[in-house]
Amino acid sequence: MRGTSTRNNPYGDGKVIDACSIFGVMDVTGRPFSGDRAIAAIACMHERGNGLGGGFAVYGCYPDFPDWYALHVMYMEYDVREHVEGYIGGHFQLHLAEPIPTRHVRTISDPPQLWRYFVSTTDHPLAGEEPDDYVVQQVMRINTRFRNAFVFSSGKNMGVFKGVGYPEELAEFYCLDEYRGYIWTAHGRFPTNTPGWWGGAHPFSILDWTVVHNGEISSYGTNRRYLESFGYHCTMETDTEVVAYAVDLLVRRHRLPIEAAASVLSAPLWSHIDRDSSPRSTLLRALRQVYPSLLLNGPFTVIIAHAGEMIGLTDRIRLRPLTAARRGPLVYLSSEESAIRLVDPDLDEVWTPLGGEPIMTRVLAPGEGLPGPQAAVRPLGGGTR
Amino acid sequence: MKSYLASRFVVLRDQERCIQCRVCVRQCGYDVHACDQEAGDVYSSDDRCVGCHRCVVFCPTQALSVRENPLSYRANANWRPEAIEDVLRQAETGGVLLTGMGNDKPYRIYWDHLVLNASQVTNPSIDPLREPMELTTFLGAKPEAVTLDPETGALGTQMPPQVPVDVPILFSAMSFGSISLPAQESLARAAAEAGTLFNTGEGGLHRSLYPFAGNAIVQVASGRFGVDPEYLQAGRMVEIKIGQGAKPGIGGHLPGEKVSAEVAATRMIPIGTDALSPAPHHDIYSIEDLRQLIYALKEATQYSKPVGVKIAAVHNVAAIASGIVRAGADYIAIDGLRGSTGAAPKVMRDHVGIPIELALAAVDTRLRQEGIRHCVSLIAAGGIRNSADVLKAIALGADAVYIATAALVALGCRVCQMCYAGKCSWGIATQNPYLTRRINPAIGARRLANLLRGWSHEIQEMLGGMGINALESLRGNRLHLRAVGLSDSEMRVLGVRPAGE
Repeated sequence: MRGTSTRNNPYGDGKVIDACSIFGVMDVTGRPFSGDRAIAAIACMHERGNGLGGGFAVYGCYPDFPDWYALHVMYMEYDVREHVEGYIGGHFQLHLAEPIPTRHVRTISDPPQLWRYFVSTTDHPLAGEEPDDYVVQQVMRINTRFRNAFVFSSGKNMGVFKGVGYPEELAEFYCLDEYRGYIWTAHGRFPTNTPGWWGGAHPFSILDWTVVHNGEISSYGTNRRYLESFGYHCTMETDTEVVAYAVDLLVRRHRLPIEAAASVLSAPLWSHIDRDSSPRSTLLRALRQVYPSLLLNGPFTVIIAHAGEMIGLTDRIRLRPLTAARRGPLVYLSSEESAIRLVDPDLDEVWTPLGGEPIMTRVLAPGEGLPGPQAAVRPLGGGTR
Repeated sequence: MKSYLASRFVVLRDQERCIQCRVCVRQCGYDVHACDQEAGDVYSSDDRCVGCHRCVVFCPTQALSVRENPLSYRANANWRPEAIEDVLRQAETGGVLLTGMGNDKPYRIYWDHLVLNASQVTNPSIDPLREPMELTTFLGAKPEAVTLDPETGALGTQMPPQVPVDVPILFSAMSFGSISLPAQESLARAAAEAGTLFNTGEGGLHRSLYPFAGNAIVQVASGRFGVDPEYLQAGRMVEIKIGQGAKPGIGGHLPGEKVSAEVAATRMIPIGTDALSPAPHHDIYSIEDLRQLIYALKEATQYSKPVGVKIAAVHNVAAIASGIVRAGADYIAIDGLRGSTGAAPKVMRDHVGIPIELALAAVDTRLRQEGIRHCVSLIAAGGIRNSADVLKAIALGADAVYIATAALVALGCRVCQMCYAGKCSWGIATQNPYLTRRINPAIGARRLANLLRGWSHEIQEMLGGMGINALESLRGNRLHLRAVGLSDSEMRVLGVRPAGE
């Protein structure tokens, strides 16, 4: 199984350096749509990847099982599956187990075994009060205990589909033309220090949080060690993982609004906080004092998604590109404007967010009108440029 | 008794250049130089020379040089000159050998085996002259999480007191008594100018330095010298001194001859009495007693400032630090094997304690394993010589560092290790007004602030090279360090990989 083992990171570097294309599209009315746009747009940015990793996150793709966690697992060795399935059966209520449907694509060689399990924790004696915490814990256990088995998606009514190849090839491989979702995020990868392996492709995910990422996180060592003290294990050997875990910690466990989380990850400069005389500067100061180890440093753009929400964010000095656009209920985020223009030539507006300024979109509440121009922008900290 | 010791240095005077101006006579605190009243010639007594270069630097005609005495012993790997001379000295005095400054033995200096990272191609390095580059550091305990008021969305967490420093470099504890008042004032002024802190040591805060108290860490040591409510209220942080890297496990002794009227008033003791700091605090015989003192000081200061604990790096430092966190300290200063002193038994200085690099790495790792790293700031001390050492300490896990020797060197110190003699020709480690007058605090502060400014620029350059624009993203980021020439077990303790891996 060439290209699928964790040992494919021969430098043991703990993180993968890569450059990438990223794309996200969301319908703020929550109406599911096909992946045609996302696939065409990420294919348009083919040159930004090198065929060593691609993937998609699709929200709303399992409408028949909205209340079950969908565990997507890749097996790099044949014999590990029965052990993991025994573990899953022993720690969850298992409702459905099946191979993830794939089709043969000439350029995709030696894929791992890909299975999905629809599970719940209801009434499970070990699950305790917080099923999400329990699921995170079990995902971490499987990913650290079982060699050559990885849970790469674990949310409800969403799924991650990723692997080694160009993203458009992986879309074909995973039969994504058969899925519909109200958020699609996509990633094409250009790793530079590893041959690429299936687990290392994007999106990265924990529960229904997913991250696609372009860049290198120079603060990885700091971020990783901080998250480890909260029980997150960075098993995927890539720096993007820390973004997913950081957001999970801040938003789900520490119950901070996503705006506050964004201003932790891409913190405003101290000089901006000091100049800000409004009451929010007190909050910004405290956030930066308490979470200095979650500041993401180095060049990056990320698109973070979870149920009902999609967020675009760049580093504070905007060393990697991000373009936002809107037409009617559709909001786009992309590394390049050309990719958006390709799939939707007739846009209402296109703009370039400031460094560190989060672009946040969420599914509208019933009866809520469409957002106005750039209304998706709700920064807490403001951009730095 | 006739001393069998040969002189350590040879003073070389170029008679063609010497103009008998007697500057050297006046500058030397050790009476090396003297003037023959009748002949008018200036001559030198080599055996008194400590090698501090004061006369060399101030000689207007550059007539002087000082050389190590090239005296040879029969080569012996075991009985090296220092071992022989220590025995001779003790045979003559029957006493404990005293020394000053830090450990000078060739223990491995781990800073010199750690190298830093830089960006190439895949991420851009950042030019600190063009881009923001943040060094601001907040000292003090942090809550585990921020909570918001559910109704207003405003900050709900009550933040513990936070002390910002513009550079992560603080001046370590040096008391008035161990150093001169102008030397301490230089530190205080420089701290104020550079936006950092100085530390009073265990000697109290002289009345004239109260204007700089906002930049002072006020120390509470086992002798409790100079501690009163006003002192505690005045300081920016309060530090309980448990131990010192140069002499772990023992106390301090300021001899009565150094207790001048000013020192006496500041320490709140009678003039001319020995100031004895007991080895332990006599109200701390266990960790729960430390907790009581920490909270007594917090009560005394209305929980308005961080209360920290300074310890020497000893074998089980990680477990001790964990206990100190649980006792309620807001920061821990760890002073390593090479930490300095104004006076210590040579045998303690040279043989007790562990290097700061290993201690710091072990403490940071342990506190993270226990999930309590956020409860304290860590200040690393003892052997920081330059900005690269600072950055390496931060990458190992320190929030900030203390410097003392480097600061005194900036004031002229040549690390001659004679601080305990009280004759310092540079006016630093002496209370003799003839000598202390030679430090002008404004100029001393300028030199110290220049040093911090230079190091800050270098830190910014190195951070920018790593593609990092805020110091906090390097804190504990051991992936940016690699080891050269260390054993597996040393790398395991340090938590770093070998270079090339």
